[in-house]
Amino acid sequence: MNVTVQHRISSWGPSRVYLRDWIYFKRMWWSVLIGSIVQPLMFLLGVGLGVGELVDQGPEAANVLGDTSYFAFYATALLATTSMFVLAQESLWPTMDGFTWSNAHQAMISTPLNATDIVFGKMLHYAVRGIVTSGGVALVLALFADTRSFGLIPAAFVGMLTGLAFAMPIAAWTATRTTDNSFPAILRFGIIPMFLFGGAFYPIEQLPTWLQPVAWCTPLWHGVELCRGLVLGGLSLGAGLGHLAVLLAFIAAGILAARVTFERRLRP
Amino acid sequence: MDAIASPVVATGLVKQFGDFTAVAGIDVEVAPGEAFGFLGPNGAGKTSTMRMIGCVSPPTSGSLRIFGLDPVADGRQIRARMGVVPQLDQLDNELTVMENLVIYGRYFDISRSDVKAKAKELLEFVQLTEKAGSKVDPLSGGQKRRVSIARSLINDPDLLLLDEPTTGLDPQARHVLWDRLYQLKERGATQVITTHFMDEAEQLCDRLVVMDGGLIVAEGSPQGLIAEHVRREVLEVRFGYGRNIEMMPAVDGVGDRIEVLPDRLLIYTDDGDASLSELHRRQIVPESALVRRSSLEDVFLKLTGRTLVE
Repeated sequence: MNVTVQHRISSWGPSRVYLRDWIYFKRMWWSVLIGSIVQPLMFLLGVGLGVGELVDQGPEAANVLGDTSYFAFYATALLATTSMFVLAQESLWPTMDGFTWSNAHQAMISTPLNATDIVFGKMLHYAVRGIVTSGGVALVLALFADTRSFGLIPAAFVGMLTGLAFAMPIAAWTATRTTDNSFPAILRFGIIPMFLFGGAFYPIEQLPTWLQPVAWCTPLWHGVELCRGLVLGGLSLGAGLGHLAVLLAFIAAGILAARVTFERRLRP
Repeated sequence: MDAIASPVVATGLVKQFGDFTAVAGIDVEVAPGEAFGFLGPNGAGKTSTMRMIGCVSPPTSGSLRIFGLDPVADGRQIRARMGVVPQLDQLDNELTVMENLVIYGRYFDISRSDVKAKAKELLEFVQLTEKAGSKVDPLSGGQKRRVSIARSLINDPDLLLLDEPTTGLDPQARHVLWDRLYQLKERGATQVITTHFMDEAEQLCDRLVVMDGGLIVAEGSPQGLIAEHVRREVLEVRFGYGRNIEMMPAVDGVGDRIEVLPDRLLIYTDDGDASLSELHRRQIVPESALVRRSSLEDVFLKLTGRTLVE
């Protein structure tokens, strides 16, 4: 052979893992961005405007929402929920692909890369996917006077973190599966209920008291509250940091679990 | 031969999955530049052994050294110098051949410009230059295999692991692949190959071990094993399904040893034509008779009492 190469071990392992996802993503990032603009727009028109009209005219509206319009209340939650939906899906089928269908992860661990590189490489992919998604929602919200704010910029990052708080634990679980049979159930019985009970549509104080602690335990509620606070104000620094800490804790726990399950799956 | 010079040294190597023992204690030493084979039927423990050597499956017990290093502690360093052709292609079907090679090369921290030059050179070597920009999906099985081989060579490996490299390929594609592997061997690359094809082992391997039930049942060169365990030639005779065993007494003494299979008798002998003449002299007329050279298949049959399932 004329071309000779050095035997080296990269300290940029995760970025090498991500390169593969990036090549796929590069081909479709435009449609991802459009999707993350169109989907929240539909929710905004359907729920934000339609239901909003009804709610804002209600006698109790001011007691529950303060001086915030229902449109603004609901729209800010989409920063977190849209990224949750996208990244939850991303950590199921496309992540399973590397373990079973394309076997890309098996190929990776035949090289100097190891399971931890793959975990962080996938996380990089989820993060890029998440910021494009939340960024798209933020662009839409900037169009409306009720939600136009510089707070949209940090809120887009919080939206991404909310998505990661789902994606990392789910990816850890995905690595333990041999088939995708149970994946739709995760969405139906895990993600959709969170969307309904996580404070996106109404303040969780409207829930029966025994259900409220359930909302506190979900990463979505913390993400929604933080996004809302950043855009609309009215959130204390302490509460904001508390919400951020919960999101980071879910992400950290997901990373730790994924390092174990990816390693077990790839190196039996 | 000292341990550092041998790319692979295994002593008492065991791999268990729960209660199941896949590899039950094997000793193997592969010399530099050697083409070494693991031969055996499905479930013999070949792939488990291969995965331990490939540092993607920790040994349960025993000692294993690759390039003198410990595969558990130094897996990254070892894998940086190794090329792997897995049993099932692990290619990205939706990406182009070139993209597949470049992505894989980057896993080895090869610079972008080097990896492209290397990939071009390798595609030439596996005769797929004109497919560089094509997606992998529409390629034939043999072409995909060649992409896998090109990919495994992207880091100039000192040791190449090939797990059943030609399973599922048509005869023509197999010969193209064998030719490439032979060229690699001539350039001095150490190869470890698993196969359940006897002809493949005879073609490719300098030395091999026959595995059965997680153990090594024989070791040697293909010719050496044939000379040691079976006669030079085989006379195959058929008397019709199920009747072969009845004919055992009648053909006794025609060759040195007789093996009964459901569909035929195998008579091991130094001179197949002479044995056939002896059958005719005894006025035994089989439905068909065929003289051939002995192969590793016969060695395996003798050692395990079973044919290889293909």
